[in-house]
Amino acid sequence: MTTPHDSPEQEEASAGATLTRGPELVVGLIIMGLAGMVITDSMRVGIGWGDEGPQAGYFPFYIGLILLAASGTVVVTTLLKWGKSQAVFATREELVPVFQMLVPMVIYVVAMVFLGIYLPSAILIGYFMRHHGKFAWPPSLGVSIGVPLTFFLVFEKWFLVPLPKGPIENMLGF
Amino acid sequence: MDEINNLFNGFAVALTLPNIAYMLIGITLGVLIGVLPGLGGANGIAILLPLTFSMNPTSAIIMLSCIYWGALFGGAITSILFNIPGEPWSVATTFDGYPMAQQGKAAQALTAAFTSSFIGAFFAVALITFLAPVLAKFALNFGPAEYFAVQLLTFCSFVGMSKEPPAKVIVSMMLGFALAAVGMDTVTGQLRMTYGFPVLLKGFDFLIAVIGLFGIGEILLTMEEGLAFKGKSAKLNPKVVWETWKTLPQYWLTFLRSTAIGCWMGITPGGATPASFMSYGIAQRMSKDPESFGKGQIEGVLAPETAAHAAGTSALLPMLTLGIPGSPTAAVLLGGLMIWGLQPGPMLFVEHKDFVWGLIASMYLGNIVGLLVVLTTVPYWAAFLRIPFSVIAPVIVVICAIGAYTVHSAMFDVVMMMVFGLVGYLFKKLKYPMAPMVLALVLGDMAEASFRQSMLMSQGSLSIFWSNGLVGGIFALAMLMLVWPLVGGIVGALRGKAAP
Repeated sequence: MTTPHDSPEQEEASAGATLTRGPELVVGLIIMGLAGMVITDSMRVGIGWGDEGPQAGYFPFYIGLILLAASGTVVVTTLLKWGKSQAVFATREELVPVFQMLVPMVIYVVAMVFLGIYLPSAILIGYFMRHHGKFAWPPSLGVSIGVPLTFFLVFEKWFLVPLPKGPIENMLGF
Repeated sequence: MDEINNLFNGFAVALTLPNIAYMLIGITLGVLIGVLPGLGGANGIAILLPLTFSMNPTSAIIMLSCIYWGALFGGAITSILFNIPGEPWSVATTFDGYPMAQQGKAAQALTAAFTSSFIGAFFAVALITFLAPVLAKFALNFGPAEYFAVQLLTFCSFVGMSKEPPAKVIVSMMLGFALAAVGMDTVTGQLRMTYGFPVLLKGFDFLIAVIGLFGIGEILLTMEEGLAFKGKSAKLNPKVVWETWKTLPQYWLTFLRSTAIGCWMGITPGGATPASFMSYGIAQRMSKDPESFGKGQIEGVLAPETAAHAAGTSALLPMLTLGIPGSPTAAVLLGGLMIWGLQPGPMLFVEHKDFVWGLIASMYLGNIVGLLVVLTTVPYWAAFLRIPFSVIAPVIVVICAIGAYTVHSAMFDVVMMMVFGLVGYLFKKLKYPMAPMVLALVLGDMAEASFRQSMLMSQGSLSIFWSNGLVGGIFALAMLMLVWPLVGGIVGALRGKAAP
């Protein structure tokens, strides 16, 4: 089945803009790879008929096959339209703020593994308010300390749901 | 009338003081979630779900479903005042709602939006009240083959009804199924696709996927648009509300049509977003004055809001009766039912009458409470949007991280949330729909179990899917939905030939 999505996205590809076809192809290929993993692992556990009926790979094997076919369709249609496709994925002005969000988020999650949730949360909020919001120190500090403190009270004290804690919280005796 | 009787018992359950309090909390949280970018009905409920584990299931679902109604109401506020759809289903509301606000008719637009949301939901709840018990009784006769056929129908209609290219709908859906298969196979006990990583033993939780896809992904998209809030303020006084209400009855046909579209799209898993667009398009086509749409036509607010709320509400019908959710939010509520130890499906109507009818009664009450809350508190919600995004964005990231962590108290889930967030951003940009992936992740184990049981019964022959009229009929309907775009294309081509 061909994809009827040739919408008129013929925006002018300005300098520095990423065309859709690149990410489209990469995502398509990654999904094809995942499909390959699903198929091979299903074959490992058995896709046939065992003593107790269908084996563990019976169902996922076909899921993998359909996934491979569908992602293959995406990849092939992308390649077929490669020269003609000028649809823009994102301009540089759009991608920069996305990475300005993405990179701190990744660092935040990694920091959470080592430091617990409270300190990285305070730093994340403070960083955004100072760096992007151009807030003065007092409101930045107020919000970045106040918000994690509120979550601490709501989750740990009120609902008794423990959140990840790190060395600093241990030092304070929690 | 058994239903009326049951419903009154339901009201007795829902109308206790704690439950009304939970209703109010739910509506308030829901409107807040609907107003804030990056937090929506589905991931908002997913984040709050762990907090309800210790609550009584009836109170918990009343609160969570009220969050859903609140989010549906809240989406309209930002669309009309700020031209920013807080939720995907309120995109169509911006087309005429924002022009109305610019013309100084924000109060009329808001009143119209809230009232039509209420009407759409009310009809959908009435439909659930009378149709759900019938459907549940009918579904009691279902065997594994029938269940699999219904699940197939759900997924095939996704392929047939989506605006996105079919290949991408299928990719998204199959990824969901593949992710659902990761971990220990419940029948044979074998490990599938874990590659020796112990963290993968439990598999992927769809709550994490929902928080990442809809929360983190949405934040990244919002960053891209570089948000600057330039909004209109609004005050609702009773006089304007009353004046607007007086004009609404003349649009009864729009209401009726939009409700029908919404209920249909909610029960088949089209969802609220396509329903609102479809309803807007049809209202415009049927209008005597189609030119006025997009320039502040009140019908352009009524139609999408009615349909979105009707769809959002009726999505709970297949969730309650068959255990098949009609939308990502319904899927999260379904996950909640399972966590509270209630098995969704027809037996729910037999074994947990109080729960089901308490929920249905709370839908009536929740929407009345919701309408009152939003009509009286609009200016305060608009104030939330004046908080700069540089404050809101990191706070929402923190909320998402907490939500992901509390599901299983596992750091790995927070990491997965980030991965799903990136996937959500890429999928949105490349026009892969996300709802099929979430639903497949939720239904994957159930679909696989019913498929394997069917195969066991038939000794591996697919012919079991047309072995009797019922299963054959559902199966044929599923195939029809799958090729629906082709059918539409052929009909369109024939018409094109007929009319020169």
